[in-house]
Amino acid sequence: MSEDRTSDRQSRSRRQFLKSAGLTGALAAVGGPVAWSQATNATAKPENLPPHVPDWSKYLGQGVADRPYGMPSKFEAHVVRRDVEWLTASRQSSVNFTPWHELDGIITPNGLCFERHHGGAPDVAPADHRLMVHGLVEKPLVFSMNDLMRMPRTNRVFFLECAANSGMEWRGPQLNGCQFTHGMIHNVMYTGVPLKVVLNEVGLKPNAKWLLVEGGDAAGMNRSLPLEKALDDCLLAFKMNGEALRPEQGYPLRLVVPGWEGNIWIKWIRRIEVGDKPWLAREETSKYTDLLADGRARRFTFVMDAKSVITNPSPQAPLRFRGPNVLTGIAWSGRGAITRVDVTLDGGRNWREARSDGPVFERSVTRFYVDFDWQGEELLIQSRCHDSTGYLQPTKNELRAIRGVNSIYHNNGIQTWLVRASGETENVEIS
Amino acid sequence: MRALILAVSLSALVVASYAAIVAQQSAAVAYSDMPKRLGLGTAATPEQIAGWDIDVRPDGTGLPPGKGTAAAGETLFLEQCAMCHGDFAEGRDRWPVLAGGHGSLAADRPEKTIGSYWESASTVFDYVRRAMPFGNAQSLSNDDLYALTAFLLNMNDVIKDPSFELNKDNFTSIKMPNADGFYDDDRETTERKFWNGDACMTNCKATVAVTGEAAVLDVTPDSKSAPSVD
Repeated sequence: MSEDRTSDRQSRSRRQFLKSAGLTGALAAVGGPVAWSQATNATAKPENLPPHVPDWSKYLGQGVADRPYGMPSKFEAHVVRRDVEWLTASRQSSVNFTPWHELDGIITPNGLCFERHHGGAPDVAPADHRLMVHGLVEKPLVFSMNDLMRMPRTNRVFFLECAANSGMEWRGPQLNGCQFTHGMIHNVMYTGVPLKVVLNEVGLKPNAKWLLVEGGDAAGMNRSLPLEKALDDCLLAFKMNGEALRPEQGYPLRLVVPGWEGNIWIKWIRRIEVGDKPWLAREETSKYTDLLADGRARRFTFVMDAKSVITNPSPQAPLRFRGPNVLTGIAWSGRGAITRVDVTLDGGRNWREARSDGPVFERSVTRFYVDFDWQGEELLIQSRCHDSTGYLQPTKNELRAIRGVNSIYHNNGIQTWLVRASGETENVEIS
Repeated sequence: MRALILAVSLSALVVASYAAIVAQQSAAVAYSDMPKRLGLGTAATPEQIAGWDIDVRPDGTGLPPGKGTAAAGETLFLEQCAMCHGDFAEGRDRWPVLAGGHGSLAADRPEKTIGSYWESASTVFDYVRRAMPFGNAQSLSNDDLYALTAFLLNMNDVIKDPSFELNKDNFTSIKMPNADGFYDDDRETTERKFWNGDACMTNCKATVAVTGEAAVLDVTPDSKSAPSVD
């Protein structure tokens, strides 16, 4: 990095930086860079180690009624969604981030799914919730939750990624932690009714082409959804990972739009209007359009391109031991399934194919691993993924060459972490 | 600038199949046999629909009866909006800037406002009607909505005359400065090169240099500023 660039950046105020990164209002970010110590890294108490017998082997633990709804161990209290208050104008229109460096497998626990709302997360009583479907239909109808739960349902695992995930990184590396660079994604098994079943109930008129989907929150979040997608794989979901949706994820009912940007997955969905043209709602013109270098903007960039990130090691999860180590990360594509993930430890000079483990689903997070030996060398680590359409995750500079640096959304470029000899890990970019 | 020479030994890698389990979720949602109508749901009455149907389209569909001027809107704006958006819609603190930025979209630091960026005036009406004032949504009258829309367009020089009465009949005559600034997603054409499938695996470059570091910017707060996790 040149001295000029460094001093230029340091001279800018924090707010100017955030504005430049497109963060004002829409995005928040940031929590600590390093070393909220993992539970396993705490210093052990000798009296609990062999040959001694620890207290928990002698005295009774908690009874079954003590925790009617189970919570994680107190030693996992650091594993939480994080945000920073000073970054957004209000906490009701804000975002927090999933701690992927503390997770494994492919399913995001419900309490760790990142949140993004525009008018706060309402508490909606399911008995009072209604879904109205009208417009270019034969028979406009109102559905109760009981109506919906009497319809045929299905179970599917899908990622939900905010289009602004990694949006702070367009002008260069900004945030030290995959929670903040890549934390606006979660991966959940949904139970719900195919949207086409509900549309079949109202009957579509021949000129139906677009749907307005609208939330019942205080933002009245609304987006235009092409009918073709609605009839393909969208769901009206009422369960996530087996239990009711969490309030912050749209309880009691949310739209699931597999592979497409999270903003269109309307939460607390109250209304679907069938029409013949898009509405150009605020969230599909003013926001969630991709401003390119020539001053023109792409709109309706719904699909999330293939993307991956190494979650361990990463700035919040440095390497601590020489010898055997596990590198792991996640990959996903809105266009299909992940077919391969390559990992480099030497800054892209040489790549190895990572192994996947766990289910590989279309439009779902896939987990990958590289088991490797580390002797304290500096590493420059990256992952790049391939999907079933033949798409190869591009570098950040390849994206910038086409899009410039002001598009905010859809940054799926390859992430680089620098692992120092100490094991400390930083967010960097490389040539 | 720093070149790094790395020597990394990889233990034996087990390369597993990524293809095995995909079929379980393929063919979209498997529910392919559309039933006859289940007969669930109750008929939506015109009154029910009218109470919830608040959207407005660029062609004017959904606009309610009513009227308002920028002059009337200014009074409302100062009472109900300016505490966040500023007296002249210039934005306060981190709240959105609503006016200005004209001609800045191709600049290094674009300012995307209603006047500089938004494609359709209907978006202003639709959004304010459903979401504003922040924390007291759906509280404005139809005349208030026309007046506030007129005021915001006046602050952006789209409506020049503050006494111009905006109403349902003349609404679609409003043309936004950046109306032609958008085009539909073309990634599959303009980014075709990313579907190359041909990834270099060995000796892909001679040297590697670090070109940017997040630590230089130092905007990631330390753990002291992180939320309490008691």
